[in-house]
Order: sequence, then C-alpha cells, then structure tokens
Amino acid sequence: MSEEKKEPCGSNCGCHGSNAGKEGMFNRRNLLKGAGATLGVAAFAKAMAPLTEWKETTSVDEFLQTHYRELDKEQLAEVIARLEKETRENYDAEVSISDIKPQKGVKFGYALNLSICVGCRRCAKACHEENNHDRASGNSYIRVLEMSKGSMDMEHGNADYNHPVPRDDKFYMPVQCQQCENPPCVDVCPVEATWKENDGIVVVDYNWCIGCRYCEAACPYHARRFNWTKPEIPKEEINPEQGYLSNRIRPQGVMEKCTFCLHRTRKGKLPACLEACPTGARVFGNLLDPKSEIRTVLANKRVFVLKEELGTKPNFFYFFDE
Amino acid sequence: MSADNATLTENVQHDARFHVNSYPKFLRLALRLCTSGSWTFYAWMIFLTCVALVGANAWAIQVRDGMITTSMTDHVSWGLYIANFTFLVGLAAGGVMMVIPAYIYKDKDMHDTVIIGELLAIASIAMCLMFVIADLGRPDRFWHMLPVVGKFNFPISMLTWDVIVLNGYMLLNLHICGYLLYKRFLGEVPNPKWYVPFVFISIAWAISIHTVTAFLYCGLGGRPFWNTALLAPRFLTTAFCAGPAFIIIVLQIIRRMTSMKIGSGSIRTLTSIMRITILINLVMLASELFTEFYTGGSHATAAKYLYFGHHGLNALQPWIWVSTISVVVAAILLMRPKIHEHMRTLDVACVLIFVGIWIEKGMGLIIPGFIPSTLHEWVEYIPSAIEWKVSAGIWAAGLMIYTLLLKVAIPIFTGQTGASSKGTHR
Repeated sequence: MSEEKKEPCGSNCGCHGSNAGKEGMFNRRNLLKGAGATLGVAAFAKAMAPLTEWKETTSVDEFLQTHYRELDKEQLAEVIARLEKETRENYDAEVSISDIKPQKGVKFGYALNLSICVGCRRCAKACHEENNHDRASGNSYIRVLEMSKGSMDMEHGNADYNHPVPRDDKFYMPVQCQQCENPPCVDVCPVEATWKENDGIVVVDYNWCIGCRYCEAACPYHARRFNWTKPEIPKEEINPEQGYLSNRIRPQGVMEKCTFCLHRTRKGKLPACLEACPTGARVFGNLLDPKSEIRTVLANKRVFVLKEELGTKPNFFYFFDE
Repeated sequence: MSADNATLTENVQHDARFHVNSYPKFLRLALRLCTSGSWTFYAWMIFLTCVALVGANAWAIQVRDGMITTSMTDHVSWGLYIANFTFLVGLAAGGVMMVIPAYIYKDKDMHDTVIIGELLAIASIAMCLMFVIADLGRPDRFWHMLPVVGKFNFPISMLTWDVIVLNGYMLLNLHICGYLLYKRFLGEVPNPKWYVPFVFISIAWAISIHTVTAFLYCGLGGRPFWNTALLAPRFLTTAFCAGPAFIIIVLQIIRRMTSMKIGSGSIRTLTSIMRITILINLVMLASELFTEFYTGGSHATAAKYLYFGHHGLNALQPWIWVSTISVVVAAILLMRPKIHEHMRTLDVACVLIFVGIWIEKGMGLIIPGFIPSTLHEWVEYIPSAIEWKVSAGIWAAGLMIYTLLLKVAIPIFTGQTGASSKGTHR
C-alpha cells in the first residue's frame, strides 16, 4: 500500500511542482484521471442541460403536492389557485377550476342506441372541445367504430373511415370509457393515481400520475390516453369551465380519460357528447333512480355490454331498437 | 472460497471500531482498482462513457419535449424501454444458474466464479431500474412510488410487487457480494452465517423476479397475446438460456484479460444448463404456437400479425424470424457432442441465444401485445432515434457498472490485493 501511506498534502502547498514523482498524489497519471473525470462531469452536465429548460415548466409546489384525496380544503384551494395562475401564464386564458364532489344517491350510467347512431362523430368532436384536448393530435375520449352488419366482432370494425355516413351495409359503435364496476386500470396503478368515485366515475389525479402507462395497457376498451406532449390549445378555444378531476388542461406526461364530463353531470347537466348527438342515440342518467330514462332502457331494451367475458362490469350499455 | 483458502485466517472477531477503520480502506481500494487499468480498459470505459452520454442527452430531451419524441402512441403505449426491461429482468435472474450449482450442488469451479453471476445480477437490475425511469412520463414524480412517503398500491398492483422484488434482489446480491469481497479484503474466511442464508433466499428470489415480471403482462385480460399461463414459465426458461449465454462469454473475456482462474467446469455446467433450457423453451414455443394457430380466432390475431403480418403491415416480421431462427440454430449447435471443447461453436450459439431471446422477450413479446389494439385498430411501432439512443445509453451505463464491479471484485477475490497483501496490486 505504498500509495496509501503518503498523506495527501494540504491545500496550497504547491507540491505538484516538487513532488511530482511517480508515487505522489499529483503524478501524471492521477492528473490525467482528474482531468478525465472533470471532463466527464462537464460533459454529463452538458448532456443533461435540456432538463433545466424543462424545469421551468414545473414548480417546487407542484413537486411536493400530495395526493388529491389527502388534500384538505385550504390546500386544495391553494392548488387550484396555482393551477389557474399557471393556465393564465402558459395559455394566456382566464379559467375557473371547480371541484364538485359526487352526489349522494347518484350512480351514473350511459346507454347508446346502435340502431340510430349514424357515425357522424359529432360526439367525438364535442368531447375534443369540451375537454380541452391537445389540438394538434385531434385527441378525443371517444372512438367511433364503423362495423360491418352481420358481425359484432370488433375485428371487423374500422375507426379510420373517411366517407359520407351512414353507409347502408354498416352500423356505428362509439366507444369511450365504460366506467367499469371492476376497473382493471385502477387495480394496476402502482401509485393509486386513479380510482373509482362514489358516483361510479373512474378519475385520474393528473398531479399524482407518474406516467407509467400500465393502466393504458390494462384497459380493454382503449379508454385511456397519455399526454405525449404539452397540450397546445389557442386561448380563445379553451373551455374556461373546468373540473379538477376532469377537463382542466392536463400536464405533459400523465394519463387522462373520459369522466362522463363530471364537471357538468355532477351539476345536473348532460355530458357534452350527448348534447352534441343529432340522433338522440345517447341516454345518460342515474342508475339508482328507478324513474330515470336509463333505467327504462335497461329494463325494456335488449342491452349488452362490451367484452362481458372479461368481468369488468361496464356501466356503459349498448342496445338496439326492435 | 478459492484454492488459497489456506492463507486466510478463520474466526476472527472484530469490534465496531475495527470496521470503522478498515471499511473506508476497503472502499478506497475499490475506488483505486476501478480507476486504474490497461489502455484497453480505458478505451473501453471511454467508449461506454460516450455512448452513455449520448443516451443521457436523449433522455433529457425526451423529458423536456415529452414522450412524443418516442414512437409510442396511445395504441402501442409501451415500446423499446419496457422490451429491454423485460429482457434484463431475465438476465438478472439468469445469474442464479451459477448460484444453484455452486451452493446446492457444491460445484467447486462454479463456486470460484459464482460472484461473476451475482455481480451481473446487480448490473442488470440497475439497468432495469434505469429503463423503468426512462419509460416514465413524469420521472420527477418517482417518489410517489416509494412506500410510506408516496402511495404504494400494494398488494393490488403487480407493478408494486415488481418494485419490491427487483430492489430486494439487488439488495440481496449487493449484500452477498459486498460481504464476501470485504472478508477477502481482510484476508479472512467469510462466516457462512452471514451470507449462506442470503444466498438461498436469493435463489428463490431470482425465480420470483421473473415470475412477477411475467405476471405484469399475463394478468391483463384485455391483452389476449399476453394472457397465457405459459408466460411466466417461458420467461424463466428463456432467462435460464440468455443468462448462461452471456456469462459464458464474460467468463472467456475474463480468462483472457485477467489472471483469474476460470475452471473449465463452470463453462461446461452452464453449457449443459443451456442445452436443456433452450429445448424446453422451444417445446413451450411450439405448444403456444399450436394453441394459437390451430384454434385461430381473435386470440391468434396478434400472433398471426407477428409472424406473417397483416394486409401489408409487417414491421415485426423481420424481428421475430431473426429471433426464431437464431434460437433454433443455437439449439442445434448446442447438440454438438462435447461442445464445451469447441469454443467457437459455443460462442456462436451463445451470441445467437442472446440476440434471439432479447428479441423474443422484447420486440417479439411486448409490442405484439398492443397490435392490434383493444378496439382492433392496426397501428405499428418502429422505435424512434431517441429511443435507440436512450436504450444504448442505458446498456452502456450497465456495462460500465458491470465492468467496474468486476474490476474491483476479481483482484480482491483472487487474493492479488487486499488489506493483508503488502503493495502487491499489479
């Protein structure tokens, strides 16, 4: 251990002039190593430099923010104020973000009449606008499948049709989040960033999601979307009435999904996709209310759910007229 | 531990103060060992550093601009990162194929070289963790996944199980290797009480890491391609091919570059293991393909696309055929009698297995799980430049870790240097 015995000389002694022997602390080899290490660290800092630009889009408060369900009233109010301020700074838009809680005795259900849906995709467009989706990607929580008559198999469906609708040999099947009773996406989330609310809506805490996309792999209905980049929306197109758990502008790198427009429906309004539907194919309501329209449909129509064999128990139903 | 056990002292008791003094010395020696070497070593490390830096830069850009810089989409939402992750869990588990012969069957040659497999497990898990972080949309929120401070969805989410088993496996191996090396550094015989129980735990644990990783996928009812009970057993058998294949190559490099004695027994044992596991893997593959193609229907759609394409979409076809042919050819090569005496044939077989399984566990398994999508839409996936750079960077960083670990471990383990040897580091 000959090298180890040499005490490292103190500072400022200038020993690397006199003591630059082969055994010394400051021999050529060690100096080279030091230079190499310095160079390496500098190169690493340079390589990671894009992170400093990214850091400007986030904040310490954001980083330390706790899970939605652990925020008390004041904390939530602070968070909402911060988010509104950030929207002002980043999008130059005045918005108000609300947090309406589920109502007692309400469980939302949705039904869709496949006999009269014409596949116009106005529901998908309304969703795109209502929920402040990124404009460039044309994202929407609804995908409309053009299906061949004579088969219920999605293998014979096509979501990318581009011709006048409806076609005589086709029927149309819009698919969005099924708000499953037994949602696989909630089970797989490693950080409990997504859960089922008391009124049956599966929501995401956009400020808690880590973006692993396991839920996207688990969902059998292609209901979940990822924010591959920061959503870009012109300020005049931003929907200013926003919900914390629904249509507020999502951050980059997190999951999002259909919430049955809970910022509307929890106030007694109808989902945007239903209001946009020109044929009246969509029926929305409270499953716990025996007099609701949706209960009438469930009791009187031939109703089915998608992929029933998976045991997810959707709260989204499809039916045909006689 | 090795042939010169006679020079080691036994049953020495030390107080805490002794360790406070000698452990920093051990660390200092480790630092010196891993920063000095031949020109080949420096050239290798500089090369790896450059690749790792390219990867780091690509990752920083990905975090800044979002994962739109990757080729992943809402249809194919996992790609090259998770593919590599899956393979590397197998590589980490594959190291156990040295531990079992060494500790259960008391194979002497294997016992002398087993640390090479244990260190591989450490480096592989480090790579796994890096690949998971590279795949996160919000790496800054990584702490949400920590138990206590974050929200840990245990035991429902299989991903939390994976976090536990992977980190646990890393800690087990760090402890075993660290303890053995420190004892060798002190020139003492390791106390079996302090490492043998952990070795046996690590054997069971190695099985668990790849089983749990398979459960991540096969538990998803909405993905018929993954939803098969054969997934976990296949993960294990492929791990027990790819792991030994990689280690056989490493053992030969070590034999050439260092003075460590690599008994021919180690390579022979690993070869025998590979000979069997690769055949079991092929049997399972045949069984799986039969079930898919003979039954047909929607369950077979992804497999049909993978092997034969779908109406002109065939991005995965070249991958899977390279993989299948590699594995079949390797299996035939391994049947050569006394193959461990024909090193060139063995090396070719090892490389084929490594490449074949890397594709099979990655591009051939993760990607077709998403094609067609759950609504039967057809969107293909070809990794972007950023994804290739980040992946290469992580591999370089992992090889760097493995090289440094070996660089420290081999001289200490062979008794070339340590607290008791006076200035003998060469």
